[in-house]
Amino acid sequence: MSGLIGKKIGMTSFFTEEGKSLGCTLVEAEASIVSQIKTIENDGYYAVQLAYGDCKDKSLSKAELGHLAKANSKGKRKLVEFRTFENQVSLGQALQISDVFKEGEKIIAVGTSKGKGFQGVVKRHGFAGVGGQTHGQHNRLRHPGSIGACSFPGRVFKGTRMGGRMGGDRVKVKNLEILKIYPEKNLILLAGAIPGAKNSFVILEK
Amino acid sequence: MSDLIKFVESENKEKRAGFPAFKAGDTINVHVKIKEGAKERIQMFQGVVIQRKNASTNGESFTVRKISNGVGVERIFPLLSPIIEKIEMIRKGAVRRARLYYLRDKTGKGARIKEDKKGMIAKKAK
Repeated sequence: MSGLIGKKIGMTSFFTEEGKSLGCTLVEAEASIVSQIKTIENDGYYAVQLAYGDCKDKSLSKAELGHLAKANSKGKRKLVEFRTFENQVSLGQALQISDVFKEGEKIIAVGTSKGKGFQGVVKRHGFAGVGGQTHGQHNRLRHPGSIGACSFPGRVFKGTRMGGRMGGDRVKVKNLEILKIYPEKNLILLAGAIPGAKNSFVILEK
Repeated sequence: MSDLIKFVESENKEKRAGFPAFKAGDTINVHVKIKEGAKERIQMFQGVVIQRKNASTNGESFTVRKISNGVGVERIFPLLSPIIEKIEMIRKGAVRRARLYYLRDKTGKGARIKEDKKGMIAKKAK
């Protein structure tokens, strides 16, 4: 496995040669800096840590700045560890898209889905709701119905699906084809949708 | 829209420039490629443009309406679709709306559209 950190730009569509219209997501992946290489001797496990996204020095602590300064890097907003990395990397190296990915490859995108707030069971868990509006039913169209039996077991089972906070989860999407790479603007065009809002961080893995 | 998305979509600029500048009210002739097994042939679809949607994006589409054997037929084409071989401008129409949905309720004489000679609509707006 190897990967990069990027930013979701937005979606557009492109036609394939067969005439199929594909929904595509554009991801910007400006050079990620290798900010730390963890070794088994030193840290107990192997990992490559990448840093992405410029930010002002004042928004980071001195410890964070010092950590990045070891890799001769400016302040970076997002640090991500990759437990395996196919490329040979050195501390402070700037990884470009073409170093890691090729056009036509299938990759994985990890992001944080958009927050939906407190949602009921119909939207959150795909319940069907009560169904008809007839037979005297008038005020529970999107309710969950029964959540368990009576005096045995006398309680509601743990994990019973109910309403609650939805979205804002870490979501992984596999098998996204790289349609095109634009090296001059550090852009990757992926076939399909990826989780998260525009301008949110995305981890791209291979 | 993001500048970066515009940059990526700009690769369709040439294809876009190959089409005439048509708008709602114009009569156009769309040459559509049709695959029949291994053979490919061209079919025409001539009618009035009743709308253009999502202009200047990759998802831009337009709707053409014609009356075929007394039945109204509408076809929606994605502008950048590879099945469109060519678009011919037949007649410019003088209309005051961007979406001509009212044509669906009209037949015969009522469904006629005045010809826009010498860009009358553009002049009037000034």
